[in-house]
Amino acid sequence: MTRAILMLAVLVFCSTGGEIAITHGMKATGEPARLRPKPLLEFLGRAFCNGWFWAGVPLMALSFYSLLVLLSWEPISFVIPASAMSYVVGTFGAKYILGEDVSVARWAGVALVCAGVALVAAG
Amino acid sequence: MASERRLRIKTLVMVLAMVVCANVGDLMLKHGMSQIGAVPLTLSGLQHAFLLTITNGTIWIGIFFLSGFMLSYMTVLSWADYSYVMPAGAFGYALLTLLAVIFLHETVSPRRWIGVIMICVGVLLVGQTKPRTTAEVPRTASPEVAA
Repeated sequence: MTRAILMLAVLVFCSTGGEIAITHGMKATGEPARLRPKPLLEFLGRAFCNGWFWAGVPLMALSFYSLLVLLSWEPISFVIPASAMSYVVGTFGAKYILGEDVSVARWAGVALVCAGVALVAAG
Repeated sequence: MASERRLRIKTLVMVLAMVVCANVGDLMLKHGMSQIGAVPLTLSGLQHAFLLTITNGTIWIGIFFLSGFMLSYMTVLSWADYSYVMPAGAFGYALLTLLAVIFLHETVSPRRWIGVIMICVGVLLVGQTKPRTTAEVPRTASPEVAA
């Protein structure tokens, strides 16, 4: 159980850290001119030149691999509810690292989603 | 507020693409990993598991869908807040439950229905906040465009 909790901490830290780094990178990249193949390819090209994007990728890869390992140890009805806490951790990151304006309505929504995901995955 | 409306619609479309790709991808990965079995946490165990993972077809279908997820995720995050996209993406759990009931005729416990309702209310709450609260990065030196 200790190893599962440790791996869970790695999962939550790496997934929120990676997503925050990628969000920062994507904001700096700027949105694609249009949602068509060519502008999307140019958009990807710009994103791949961004350092924050590449800081996020290994973190997300690590979170992905820790998820695979966790899923091979524990049932999905444990893994997903437990990792739902990353919604709360991620929202704190969005507010204090990315400087997003998290309103009361958004906090309430995040809390409901977090509890709801835990209930759904627990069965 | 035509641009505000446009922003909402394109955010919604991208979040839906994200949810569909992520769920199909996850299902394929779960299926592929159950074919591989429990991974022992030793160097040789991890090496062996890695080889089995990259030679498994189901895992690759999962990776294809997760790449689609990644593209829609990157695109939506180029204009929308992380704290908006992340909870909105949880709509997938509610969708999966509904699909399981409609197509697989699964019986769903009351506890799980409560969870589905909480997710839907939560997503609606987040959905009615502004998709973007940070200023546009002055890449084109015209910060007024965001308004």
